[in-house]
Amino acid sequence: MRRNLPDLGAALFVLLLGLLTAWQASVIPTSPIYAQVGPKAIPYLVAAGLLALGVALTVAALRGGWSDDIEELQGAAPLNLRALGLLLAGLLANLALIGPFGFTVAATAQFALVAAAFGSRAHLRNLAIAFVVSLGAYVLFVKLLGVNIGAGVVEGLLFGSPD
Amino acid sequence: MDALSGLALGFGNALTLANLGWALLGCFLGTAIGVLPGIGPALTIALLLPITFSVSATGAFILFCGIFYGAMYGGSTTSILLNTPGESGSIITSLEGAKMARNGRAGPALATAAIGSFVAGMVGTIGIAFLGPIIVELALQLGPAEYFALMVLCFVTVSAVLGGSAIRGLTSLFFGLLLGLVGIDLQTGQPRLTFGIPELLDGVNVVLVAVALFAVGETLYLAWRYVEGKQEVRAVGSIMMSRSDLKRSFWPWIRGAGLGFPFGVMPAGGTEMPTMLSYYAERKLAGPEARKEFGTTGAIEGVAGPEAANNAAAAGILVPMLTLGLPTSATAAIMLSAFQSYGIQPGPLLFTSQAELVWTLIASLFVANVMLVVLNLPLVGLWARILKIPQPQLYAGILVFATIGTYGISNSVVDLILLYGIGVIAMFMRRFDFPVAPVVIGMILGPMAEQAMRQALTISQGDWTTFVTRPVSACILAVALLALAGPRLYGAWLRRVAA
Repeated sequence: MRRNLPDLGAALFVLLLGLLTAWQASVIPTSPIYAQVGPKAIPYLVAAGLLALGVALTVAALRGGWSDDIEELQGAAPLNLRALGLLLAGLLANLALIGPFGFTVAATAQFALVAAAFGSRAHLRNLAIAFVVSLGAYVLFVKLLGVNIGAGVVEGLLFGSPD
Repeated sequence: MDALSGLALGFGNALTLANLGWALLGCFLGTAIGVLPGIGPALTIALLLPITFSVSATGAFILFCGIFYGAMYGGSTTSILLNTPGESGSIITSLEGAKMARNGRAGPALATAAIGSFVAGMVGTIGIAFLGPIIVELALQLGPAEYFALMVLCFVTVSAVLGGSAIRGLTSLFFGLLLGLVGIDLQTGQPRLTFGIPELLDGVNVVLVAVALFAVGETLYLAWRYVEGKQEVRAVGSIMMSRSDLKRSFWPWIRGAGLGFPFGVMPAGGTEMPTMLSYYAERKLAGPEARKEFGTTGAIEGVAGPEAANNAAAAGILVPMLTLGLPTSATAAIMLSAFQSYGIQPGPLLFTSQAELVWTLIASLFVANVMLVVLNLPLVGLWARILKIPQPQLYAGILVFATIGTYGISNSVVDLILLYGIGVIAMFMRRFDFPVAPVVIGMILGPMAEQAMRQALTISQGDWTTFVTRPVSACILAVALLALAGPRLYGAWLRRVAA
């Protein structure tokens, strides 16, 4: 039977996760406190489980894999690089902007990029909607619920500095 | 406390203005997010967990249960009008429901779904009230060894029995267990699996994982396969059911509710199996005239039965959650972590130590059910309008709220990196058909299972045979083993007989 490369990739990822777990379990300091089962036992068990499952998945992938039997994938649309790329750009923009510029700026940029990823072309209107939605959410969470979600430039101008 | 006096106490509390308000808010929100494709109750409750800092436990849980029940009602609207089921329990509903809608019978389909949900919700909630105290009595006899065995059974059933493949389900479960291990070990104070990153000492936050799996991963997967085009929302029309519609729906409602509730109560919780069974039962039992409508013009029995089974199973899931502290669905797991954030340990003692909370909650489920049938029958046009929110802005909005939910935890960019990282893993899990619910359950139940195991071993002074020499624990573990190996052995046997 033919081996299935994408499935093999997924199986190897599980093996890698098992190895990472085993490595992290081995560096847990041995506890000076007496206990019947130390802090290392379960991490080793989880590592062993992941490795065993990884091996089983690898064997399955080498024997033709399982993806071809997934009903949902029969006739599914191909990879849409543009949509996925714009969406990932939106997530990265948020990561980069939220620290220096605060929630509203970061969320507005993210909103516009995600909307563009899903085919919206009204970029200016999206920016406007994004700004209103983000600012509304900011007021709801920070002022009403008392959960700080990251003040920044816009919030400082509108509500004064956070302290 | 027995069920009747408990309910009397509960209704006394649930009918106060503030608690009615929480219930109404929960029902409204729950229906809305149930209708919207892409958001489910697990994600919504996870995003609302911060309110546990400022709202009383009773108010918060009434809200959460309203969302839980409401999402079931809303889910059926989407699967009928849009033919895209929002959650796994409504897949079956869309089989016949969408066909009825295409033939201009969307109204009666929605009505039978809503009334069926109401009937099943009532049956299920009565079941919780009367079965709960009985299970608590039994559960009080269990020690840590038995608890550990029960959790193992729960792990096996949610990951290996349901879903397409036992290996992939177990892989998801172990990924969840791994996430649950991160942080400081409670018994010895040692940092575990933190990779030396100080932000990970407190562990991976459950909100973060839920948002990553259900919002970020799902949206990424949708973008992966995105094709431009508009989805068609069917018109609702009149929701009046004819006399024959009612007659044909009545028994399916009752049978569906009776079938669904036990499935929810068992630790094999899940709504796929009972809805499927109900569908096949109704198709078998339908008269010759009605049977022709199955799969062609849409048979009302095929909507009424599964929809009732879905709601009754959802109600049943609350039984192990409230009496044993065992969550068997992702939503129940997140509610469990809400209990923990109030410092309440769910388990058999909940019914005595927090009697007022528990009974108010159960009474509120009755209240929510009545509110939901009212919200859903006359207002169904409003919910259908929600479906017309364009996809780009909907998903953009979902991701903005996902960010809020995560960044609000500790304002740390490390959390956001984790969120997006786990989100990308979740996207690949969708692609390779690994179920995501076992991740959440493993993550929340894993640390509890470890604690129970270590307690049991401390009591037995390190003797591992304690799990198999105590009869109840041994029985439960045997059932778990059977659930894991049974279907495979049966399959092998079938092949041998056929050969």
